[in-house]
Amino acid sequence: MRFQSPESVDEAVALLAADPEARVLAGGTDLLVRLRMGDVAPSAVIDIKRITEMTTIAQDDGGWRIGAAVPSAEMNETAALVTDWPGVTEAADLIGSTQIQGRATVAGNLCNASPAADSVPAMVAAGAVARVAGPNGSRDVPVEDIPTGPGQTSLAQGELVTSIFLPAKPENSGSAYLRFIPRTEMDIAVVGVGITLTLDSAGAVTAAKIALGAVGPKVIVAGDAAKTLIGTTGDDPALDALAAACSAAATPIDDKRGTAEFRRDVTGVIAKRTARIALARAKGEA
Amino acid sequence: MPKDEYQSRDFRIVGTRPVRPDGIDKVTGKARYGADMTAPGMLWGAILRSPHAHARIKSIDTSAAEAMKGVKAVITRADFTYQPESASLADVLDNCMAGEKARYDGHAVAAVAATSKSIARAALKAIKVDYGVLPHVTDVDEAMKPDAPVIEAGRVQENVPEGYSENVTGRSQYGHGDPEAGFEKADLVIERHFTTAATHQGYIEPNACLAQLGADGQGEIWVCTQGHYMVRNTCAGVLGLDAGMLRVTASEIGGGFGGKTHVWMEPTALVLSRKAGKPVKLVLSRDEVFRATGPTASSSIDVKIGMKKDGSITGATATYRLQAGAYPGSIAFLSAMCGFAPYDLKHVRTEGYEVMTNRPKAAAYRAPGAPMAAYPVESVIDELCQKLDLDPLETRLKNAAREGTKASYGPTYPAIGLEATLKAAQSHPHWIAPLGENQGRGVACGFWFNFGGDTCVSLMVNPDGTVSLSEGNPDIGGSRASMSMMAAEELGVDLDQVRTVIADTASLGQNEVTDGSRVTFAVGLATIKAARHAIQIMKERAAMTWGIDPEAVDWRDGAAHPAGPNAGKFPPMTIKEIAAIASNTGGPIAGHHEVTAEGAGVSFATHMVDTETDPETGQVKVLRYTVFQDAGKAVHPDYVEGQFQGGAAQGIGWAINEEYIYGEDGRLQNPGFLDYRIPVASDLPMIEPVILEIPNPGHPYGVRGVGETSIVPPLAAIANAVSRSSNVRLTSLPMSPPKVLAAMKGT
Amino acid sequence: MSQIHVITTINGDETEFLCEAQETLLDVLRDHLDLTGSKEGCGTGDCGACSVIVDGRLVCACLMLAGEAEGRSVETIEGMADGDDLHPLQQKFLEMAALQCGVCTPGILVATKNLLERNPNPTEEEVRYWLAGNLCRCTGYDKIIRAVMDTAADMRGAA
Repeated sequence: MRFQSPESVDEAVALLAADPEARVLAGGTDLLVRLRMGDVAPSAVIDIKRITEMTTIAQDDGGWRIGAAVPSAEMNETAALVTDWPGVTEAADLIGSTQIQGRATVAGNLCNASPAADSVPAMVAAGAVARVAGPNGSRDVPVEDIPTGPGQTSLAQGELVTSIFLPAKPENSGSAYLRFIPRTEMDIAVVGVGITLTLDSAGAVTAAKIALGAVGPKVIVAGDAAKTLIGTTGDDPALDALAAACSAAATPIDDKRGTAEFRRDVTGVIAKRTARIALARAKGEA
Repeated sequence: MPKDEYQSRDFRIVGTRPVRPDGIDKVTGKARYGADMTAPGMLWGAILRSPHAHARIKSIDTSAAEAMKGVKAVITRADFTYQPESASLADVLDNCMAGEKARYDGHAVAAVAATSKSIARAALKAIKVDYGVLPHVTDVDEAMKPDAPVIEAGRVQENVPEGYSENVTGRSQYGHGDPEAGFEKADLVIERHFTTAATHQGYIEPNACLAQLGADGQGEIWVCTQGHYMVRNTCAGVLGLDAGMLRVTASEIGGGFGGKTHVWMEPTALVLSRKAGKPVKLVLSRDEVFRATGPTASSSIDVKIGMKKDGSITGATATYRLQAGAYPGSIAFLSAMCGFAPYDLKHVRTEGYEVMTNRPKAAAYRAPGAPMAAYPVESVIDELCQKLDLDPLETRLKNAAREGTKASYGPTYPAIGLEATLKAAQSHPHWIAPLGENQGRGVACGFWFNFGGDTCVSLMVNPDGTVSLSEGNPDIGGSRASMSMMAAEELGVDLDQVRTVIADTASLGQNEVTDGSRVTFAVGLATIKAARHAIQIMKERAAMTWGIDPEAVDWRDGAAHPAGPNAGKFPPMTIKEIAAIASNTGGPIAGHHEVTAEGAGVSFATHMVDTETDPETGQVKVLRYTVFQDAGKAVHPDYVEGQFQGGAAQGIGWAINEEYIYGEDGRLQNPGFLDYRIPVASDLPMIEPVILEIPNPGHPYGVRGVGETSIVPPLAAIANAVSRSSNVRLTSLPMSPPKVLAAMKGT
Repeated sequence: MSQIHVITTINGDETEFLCEAQETLLDVLRDHLDLTGSKEGCGTGDCGACSVIVDGRLVCACLMLAGEAEGRSVETIEGMADGDDLHPLQQKFLEMAALQCGVCTPGILVATKNLLERNPNPTEEEVRYWLAGNLCRCTGYDKIIRAVMDTAADMRGAA
């Protein structure tokens, strides 16, 4: 195995394009585990942390551009980003331990394509867009279109995600992410729910995006569930309808982390709790 | 009363909280654990393991691995040329390196030694094993059925009744009276079935050793173990070596909890070293620790208890079925002994079944067999209390074993502390603190025997009057501190004048492993006696100097004194003064003591816990936890408290989230700390330790072991708390969220 | 096998080493540099026994390739005391018996040092969550949390 640390995106793309067996190393919190377990044996790892534009968080067009090599801890140290997109930053704050957060990146979380990735439902709910660089230049792709299944992405040979763009936060909107895990920390999500919603002046929901994690082969955009909130104030009947719709949208399996039945039930419970937080934030109460 | 039995006294050092002597090395990273040692020319070992739960090993082709650059030895079972005499040693050998078949996912089938870790790992991939996959069984109840796949035929003991699979290798029975007659007298009889999952000790330091074995049969091992004498004796027995030719040194040990009272891979390292002609370091990965070093047994249990309206228990039975893993086990008999040990019962009967399965060989885990023994008993008692509207502490007090009670497993108790722990619980503010919505409070009692066993200690008085103490038991949680304290107490010197080391196997006689909560009791006993031996010699030296009879010399405050006015008028001779002239008064001064210690003194605890259950997710949160336990005499209270707290925390993990999860394919699905979920810091509240001191009559200072009992009550205490708050009796561990939610929804 | 040449700073000293590409920082610390205070409890970032600070950030040395250390500054348990002078956390852990077997202790000390540098006045809950990635199987965490809270109070008082 070779260790390469390019200093520009073009250089990284060239290295990747030239070697189909090479792997991108961002935070490394998934890749190094797989190396250690012998699950992967790449010919090279390409460390992207020496590429300046990939290691910075910048305000961009009213929104935020987060470099693909930025550790999640740094997102939570950026106060204005936390104010704008608390749903995303709190999801990033749940990726593993303090130590993991010192390394793990949301772009890596996305490209690892685990159905249970914490930051992905939160980014999807926020309308995040991944910027992808490749041999043919760069393109912008909605975050939900990057993973295609467990461990699988839509990235082509030679492509890598260089940044994640979070759009300008809409007026009177709130975002939140909650997950269910058996312990209080250090677990992979059994269910994760990201919600972003926008209210009108009367407190009725005018827009909502809901994404479910760990209950399908990839993140689920729960469109029908979002519709149950539109026009409501997020009162109890509305949240019950939301919970039912989220449970219905989930397509979980039985595994060592929980039964399908449990996951379906808890999807609704967590969705309701997440929506309450997002509503409070939209109203400026939290 | 003989001097070695308990005598009440005022202590000068025992009972205080000094900084431990090995502390600075451990907070600065200098302490050397199993994997921290290297040797000149050292090779790295690695083990190839079966991916199958049960498979015949048809052939192993090691040629490609042997041809790799940097590979210095490749071994299979064929390289273990000696066949041990006893069945138990043959089992250890077969577990270290599979013979005809692999018996569980993770069973070692080959090993390599190479010049680097990466070459060793690559070499494993080059070994080709041809397996013939066999049907497997990993569940204890399934394994007992007559048509179950048999792990090994011909191991059934005579006392096993007919009608079971040959996997059932042993049965034990305890009790007295006539339980059926007892049930007749009860106002309410409850019978329930319970299950517990296999849990791992979860020590943070993976097993590791550095071994060297020459063609002349002389060898050395550096190893993290709870018993380096056990490692020596077992390796010698497995490989046909003379024990005296093997010298084993115990490294610092990063936790064991029973899991390091066995040999898992040290013979492999020795054979690799012999073949390569170089020292070999073998360090297990976490995945290997989970797959191939013994967890405790999973269990399937039936308990039946009858109670009168006044709370008295009229009859009790329990059947414990414990999976022993891939070799005949011996843990269920301990369950059968422990289950009803806290209670004074006229009619009681228990039985235990040892059951082989296609899982790693089950190992000791902190009070082995006792937590799963207490869990169903304490659960049914709690349910009886609920249904008969009785106070759970008062009811336990009513039935509590006391001095003179004939225990359910046979003996009659001397002075014991159960009643004291229950009374302390009753008067603690925790017992009357208000509970909120979805919250419940549970209590449970627990018992452990405590062991004594073979013990040797040498105490050297150095020429400058300082003291070197050698003992033969690895120090897991501060025992060097308590040995130094007991030696200083007895000698009458300052604590900083005594240094305790863990001697290697060539330096002391046989020592039992650090198990059974025996060290502070048994090694402490031997330390006190070795100190008394040295004092006797020093008195003789003073008497010689003074020209008086040794009987006329007293020892106090670290000095010899004339015993009274009739003995003569001499100024005291301090240990320093006596040591300084030792060469002229008969030679160097040392005390020693060798004993098979008895009189360990049984141990009891009562635990109290508050939990909150999320009614929508089934998640259980532990809010408050208090441990009441009898320590006999707490030598170093900080580390006694640490044992109480640590045992409770492990019990909390066992109760709520820890479990070995096997797939249909018989493979372990969660061999890592990600999905084998031990409690993390944010999962737990503070754990309040309440130390009771009911002196053990069998120890000069009254000491009882404290290490194990604390893991016995938590399983039931938490189950009782959760059951009370959720109005449904939880009968299966762990009480993970899916299970609790399903129980609450009645599905 | 070709080796990578790395120059980095470890506990303030410029350090040069050769390593294989797949070797982790932990492999190099332990096997090449004899800095065995950082422990490997899992090798997969789940136990925190190998916690080190890299450019001020707490990480698991087992989840970082050694090659990544080029030009960085690494702090390990071996650099925590100043000669004979223990760090206040080390001293408090001794006084309050916040260790039993001691194998998780280096990682926990490094992690809490980093916490107190960032947050001199943490709540108990903050300490517990910060340390959630540092497994201890002996203590039940009680005495560890108390020692950290006590040290933080002392250090605030001294500041």
